[in-house]
This record gives sequence, C-alpha cells and structure tokens, in this order.
Amino acid sequence: MTQVPTGTHLERPGASLAPGLSAVLLGDPRRRRREKLIAAAFRAAAAFSILVGVLIVVSLLGEAVSFLRSIPLRSLWTDGWFPRRGMFDVKTILFGTLIVSVIAMVIAAPLGIGAAVFLSEYASSRFRRTVKPILETLAAIPSVVMGFFALTWISPSIVEKLMGGNSIFSMMAAGIGVGILVTPLVASIAEDAMHAVPQSLREASYGLAARRRTTSVRIVMPAAVSGIVASLIVGLSRAVGETMVVAIAAGASGGSLFTVDPFGPGQTMTGAMAALATGSDQVTGNSAAFQSLFFVGLLLFGMTLVLNLISERFVRRMRAKY
Amino acid sequence: MAVTTTDVVRRNLRRQGTDWGGLLFEGALLFALLVSLGFLIILVGQILVQGLALLAERGTSFLTSQSSSLPGRAGVSQALVGSLMLMLFVVATAFPLGIAAAVYLEEYAADTRFNRFITVNVRNLAGVPSIVYGLLGLAIYVKAMSGFTGGASVISGGLTLAILVLPIVVITASEALRAVPQGIREAGYGVGATKWEVVRSHVLPAAAPGILTGTVLSLARAFGETAPLILVGAVTGVFFTGSGSLVEKFQGAYTSLPTIVYTWSKLPQAEFQKLTAAAIVVLLVMLLTVNGAAIWLRNRYERKW
Repeated sequence: MTQVPTGTHLERPGASLAPGLSAVLLGDPRRRRREKLIAAAFRAAAAFSILVGVLIVVSLLGEAVSFLRSIPLRSLWTDGWFPRRGMFDVKTILFGTLIVSVIAMVIAAPLGIGAAVFLSEYASSRFRRTVKPILETLAAIPSVVMGFFALTWISPSIVEKLMGGNSIFSMMAAGIGVGILVTPLVASIAEDAMHAVPQSLREASYGLAARRRTTSVRIVMPAAVSGIVASLIVGLSRAVGETMVVAIAAGASGGSLFTVDPFGPGQTMTGAMAALATGSDQVTGNSAAFQSLFFVGLLLFGMTLVLNLISERFVRRMRAKY
Repeated sequence: MAVTTTDVVRRNLRRQGTDWGGLLFEGALLFALLVSLGFLIILVGQILVQGLALLAERGTSFLTSQSSSLPGRAGVSQALVGSLMLMLFVVATAFPLGIAAAVYLEEYAADTRFNRFITVNVRNLAGVPSIVYGLLGLAIYVKAMSGFTGGASVISGGLTLAILVLPIVVITASEALRAVPQGIREAGYGVGATKWEVVRSHVLPAAAPGILTGTVLSLARAFGETAPLILVGAVTGVFFTGSGSLVEKFQGAYTSLPTIVYTWSKLPQAEFQKLTAAAIVVLLVMLLTVNGAAIWLRNRYERKW
C-alpha cells in the first residue's frame, strides 16, 4: 500500500486529461441511463403531491359550481340547514363552526400555552422528557373516541351539571371535546417554539436580576411569539376541520335551524357533511343535497387553507430569527 | 420609624420574603398542564371501566362476531378485518410513494421554484381536514374510477386513507433524510458512486430508523381516521360478509374499527354504549401497540451523528 502524500495537488478534471479519459470518467452508459430513470421516478413521486392538490380543488370546484347552478340562490340564506328539503342556509353551519371553534380555542389556548410555558421554562429536563411524549401520544387519540367521551362524559358531567345545560347533544359539549383534543397539539407546537429560544436570552435576563416569571413572560414569550401564534392558528385550523366530535356530540343530524345557543344542538360545516353521508337516508347521485357536500367541503378547504398559509408564515418568521 | 428606604432596597435586592405572584404564576401553569392531562386520563379511565367490563363478560366472542342490531350478538370481527385491509393499502401505496417523494425533495431537487412549490404544497396538504380527503375519494375513487374500485369498497377507502397520510409520510421521511450527515454522502461520491448508489446504500439505510418511525406513526393516524371513511362509504349499518375471492372482498362492503365506534355511539340503547367503549378499548390497544412499536424502533435503531 502506498500512502498518498498529503497535500497532493490534484489537477482540475478535463484540464490535462488524455482524450477519451473524460468518457471513461462519465462511466458506463447503462449506469447513466439507470441513474436518469430513477431520478425521473422520484421526481414523478414528488410531482404526484401536486396532482393531489389539483384534484382536490378541481373535484370540489366542479361539484360546487354545479350545485350553485342547480339551486335557487336564495335557498343559501333561509332559516336553517335542511339539505334534504332544499334549505341550504350557509350562515347556520358557518355560525355552528364559529361557535364550536371559539369554545374549543377558549379551552385550548390557555391550557395549551400554559402547559407549554411550564414544560419549557419551569419543568426539569427529566420531567419534560417524560411528559412531552405522553402529551404527544394523547394528541394521537382518534377523534371518534373524543366524540364518544364528549357525549357520555363531558355532556352529562360538565355541561349539564356545572353549566346548567339541558340537552344531551350540544355545541358546548362538542366544543369542549374539540378543545381538549386540540390542547396537546397547541402545547406541543408552542413548547417547541419556546424551547428554540436561545439560552443566552434567558441568561441575560437573569443577569439583570429578573425573576423566572418575568423572564418567561417578558423575554421568552415575546421572542417565541411567532411560534406561539402559529400554534394557535394550527389549533384553530384543526378545530374548524374537526368532524367526528361534532358529528357525535353536537347532534342535529338531520338538519338545524339557525341558532347561536351553544347549549342547544347545532350543525357545523363538518357535522353537516358527516350527517349527509351517513344514515339510512344517505344521499347519493346528483341530487342537490349530494352536491352540497362538495360546496361545504370547498368552503371548509378554503378556510383551513388560509389559516394554514398564515401559520406557515409565522413559523417561517420564527425560523428566520433563530 | 420601622422601615427605612435602605431596608426596602436591601430586602428587594436580596429577594427576601416570598414571591407570591411568581408562585401563583407557576401554580397556574402547572394547573394548565395537569388539567390537559387530567381530561385525557378521565377519558381513558371512563372507557376502560365500561369497556373492560363488557370485554370480560363477552370474552373473545366480541372479537369474532359480525355486526348485528342485537347488542348481545354484535361484534367487531368485520371491523378488525376491514381496518387491517385498509392498512394494507396504505402501506402498499402511501409508503413507497411518500418515501420516494421525500428522497426527491431532499436528495435530488435543486432549489428551483417548482421544487419549492412542491414543498409548500405538501405542507398545505398535511393541513387539509380529513373529511375533505373523503370528498376527494368520493369524487375520484367511488365515482370516477368505480370500474376499478367497485364503488364504495375497501380499495376506495384504503386509497383515500393513503392519500390522506401521504403528506405526513413525505414530511417525516424528509426530516429523517435531512438528519443524515453530509459526510456520509460525500464518502459515497468520493469512491465514485452515482447519486442513486449513494442514496440506496448509504443515505436510506442511515435514515431508515427515522423513516420507519414516521411511517409507522402515520399508519396509526390512518388507523384512527373515521370522517373520510364515512364519505367513501364504510358501512355504518349491519351487513354480512360471506366468503369470496380476494378481489371480491376488496371490492365489497367493508367497515373499520373507528367507523363501528361512530355507528354504535349514535345508538340510543345503553348496551350499545358499553359496546362502543369495548370497541374503543380494542382500537386504543391496537393504536398503542403501533405507537409503542414506533417508539421502540426509534430507541432501538436511532443513531446520533
């Protein structure tokens, strides 16, 4: 074995190579062809995701447009959402979604961010390493399970006993269920953001004799504010799109009159879609009720897309900073 | 004069006395964490109490019986089989496609506008509500491709779930690939390997534990999904599965564990509430097994560079 002397100067390829050697360096043409084929296959796999996005928009738009063409437009603004009777009141389901998501965020925002501040700023690293995976596992609880829990426990034990509601099905119970479901998600993203704040900022704050609470509230939280806002928006987006909790616990499977009473049954956009797709009177074919599914789906898709784009922007701002 | 200014300053500097505000703040934070965990502990507890009682009473007959409108005879066998068949489709389609897309984005793609658009697109697809994927499946698989899928069938359901988890697979696999140090690639190129050879024999093996963990977790996500399956026609009522060829089974009626949970939770009889809890116990046990496997895999094979 000869040792390559260190510091050997290597000629630039092509500069002083014998003719024909560059062809040798390019390698076996079969090998190059295989290389190109494989690269193309990977590229196609990645481009498939664009196809999915396009298909979503096209299939939703197509049916939604033919839905809007087939119904009298004033049926979009009536007294309630009863698709099988040709009443497609959009404000009923929009307000339903709004009420449920607001209740969910009233629960998820303080609990999630509070838990995140505790885990990031107060807990010992051992405690954090144990509790955070538990929290993330709990975030993976299927939403049907939460729906069942909202109907059988939250509704009788919290909504009826503590809040004086008197309906088994209520938007309040569904909203609380969605809130509990979203809390671990908010906590996890917000904690990541605060954990990413450089230690030197905390040390500078302690160096000025600030207390831990002052450091948390005045230094770490403002530094991580983009990430915290992103966690709330992602949580809101999840809450808006959450289906099963609402379908099980909010009631009003057939339809709903316009209502803003959170203690009564109500219909959200997602709940309305699930109701249309289930039951003995499941709608099929090209009826207006069937097509209304896609119209509502398009509204929902648009809302969550806007929320996700906003949160993406906040996340990027956070990343750019540290 | 009891307290002079100097005393106050000294006391403040030395922080004597208790910082009640700070304690209160810390208490409130801990309370938030405990409440979030507490709700979920109550949830699991409630379901275990109801579900285990019924499982003890019914024994394995609960796992082997078909669906029925009689609570005493209803079981989850079709749902278990249905869920497993659905997962088969997810594993067979979403995993290879998602990992291939991640390899392209991390190893091949130059920083062009098109490739950046793919990344943004994948991130946004991950945030689309699951029920919208149900609509996509309904329009594409159930309606447009009914000749191949047989309409509302296992194929339609499985492919819908596959598209649903595809962005998650791409994102987690990308993260795993990104964690592979550049030096490993350079070593491969240094001995004259081509890009694919480097990816196949160096990058993918090094990223395998991370990719595996991510894909297994996305499988768990698909396992618990209900909303899209309702739209693409998982049966929410009673039906019977006979014997038939595999193709007939894949094109036939099906249901899944979460769908059964949804159906039963809407039935008014008290017995069905217990059945629902028991079905949830089965569902959670399967999910925990999958999640546990992912964590075990990560701990077993994870490498720190």
